[in-house]
Amino acid sequence: MGSERDEELTRALAVDPVGGFEALVYAYQHRLYAFSLAMSGEPMDAEEIAQDTFMRAHVALSRYPSERIVVLKLNAWLHQIALNVFRNRARKRKLRLVPLDPDTPIADSAAGPERQALSRAALRELANLVSGLPEHQRAAVVLRCVQGMTYAEVAALLGQPEGTIKASVHRGLQTLKRRAGALSEVS
Amino acid sequence: MELLETDLRDLGHVHAPEGFAERVLGAVGIAPRITDTYAEVETLLGVVHVAWNSEGISALRTAGTAGEFERWFTSRLGRPVARVQVPPDRLARQVSGAIAGLDRRLRFDLTRLGPFEQDVLRKTAEIPRGEVRSYAWVAREIGRPRAVRAVGTALGNNPIPYLIPCHRVVRSDGTLGQYSAGGTTAKRAILQQEGVDAGWLEMLAGNGARFIGSRTTQVFCVPTCSHARRIKAPNRVFLRDEREARGAGYRPCSRCRPIAS
Repeated sequence: MGSERDEELTRALAVDPVGGFEALVYAYQHRLYAFSLAMSGEPMDAEEIAQDTFMRAHVALSRYPSERIVVLKLNAWLHQIALNVFRNRARKRKLRLVPLDPDTPIADSAAGPERQALSRAALRELANLVSGLPEHQRAAVVLRCVQGMTYAEVAALLGQPEGTIKASVHRGLQTLKRRAGALSEVS
Repeated sequence: MELLETDLRDLGHVHAPEGFAERVLGAVGIAPRITDTYAEVETLLGVVHVAWNSEGISALRTAGTAGEFERWFTSRLGRPVARVQVPPDRLARQVSGAIAGLDRRLRFDLTRLGPFEQDVLRKTAEIPRGEVRSYAWVAREIGRPRAVRAVGTALGNNPIPYLIPCHRVVRSDGTLGQYSAGGTTAKRAILQQEGVDAGWLEMLAGNGARFIGSRTTQVFCVPTCSHARRIKAPNRVFLRDEREARGAGYRPCSRCRPIAS
């Protein structure tokens, strides 16, 4: 999502709240869904989290004066809301741990250089695996590696120093690699 | 680690379920104003992606994946498009029928295009199968005789190729001219299939013959006009331009309108 596109969206939101919001939903639906899926590991949860995120954004935007809307950093702002939605839900449910199913490998790690994009089922498995990470590592890994934010952006969003984020991402990836490897050995 | 990171990037490219955006908008009380849908339709050209809305067909693409179609649609028409697995029967029949050359009355949605583009495309949609007209002809017919180049641009951006037959618009010098959906070779092949002999047109133009007249009716046409094709060989006259035609006492055909009226 380019920042130019974000600027267009915020301008649209400031002058035409209805049309602007419609454009925002179409522009961000896949991105926020992907984030929610990687965080929760469950398609049903992901849809609810993403939808809740848009609902909250809608309420917030209707209260913000247009000067504030124009300067919003949309991408970070929406991810922040999504993260809050996710955390609130997790708290309410006492964060049930998603069990790993060792019968289904997440990816064909033996695939050659012309590796194909993962199938839908494999992506779900991968999301499931990611959602098994401890929360602080998971948010860092998802924002950095799944959503493609820079370390600086992730650090600002999570309110942690960049060094801490780098360490979390590194540890998170190692854990994922270990668990993915364990999965393929079992299968 | 590298493989895992690529996989994670893939995870970032998953799509929200079908109808998700519409459900969100519904939940906050916004009725989506945008309701384009698309599906794959089997045609003589192979499987094509066709998009439509309540006004009519809004886009068609022959090549590429569903994702590519969506990206192209959004960037070309500035609005999203939602996929359905099965196209409505009637639409599928209309589209495949029209591409197969059957006479189908199709409705198009061109409302998001500029007024000039709309004029060009609607005029082009009138050109019958088996015939061609020049860019200059389209420009004249829509009352913008000097906008020949702009006609070419509008046709190059035609969001509904084949159904709006931009391949039936060629250069006044008898050569086929550009074709965005596969170049001149593709244009030649489609026209050939429709019964237009591109080589013959080039030869005519090369010999300086722009129009064909009938000695018996004293009417002159563009070479591919169905009236011109009915003229028997002994009565056929090749004419260089309007001046020569008028000078010899010929009047323009009211069907193909070979010159500006």
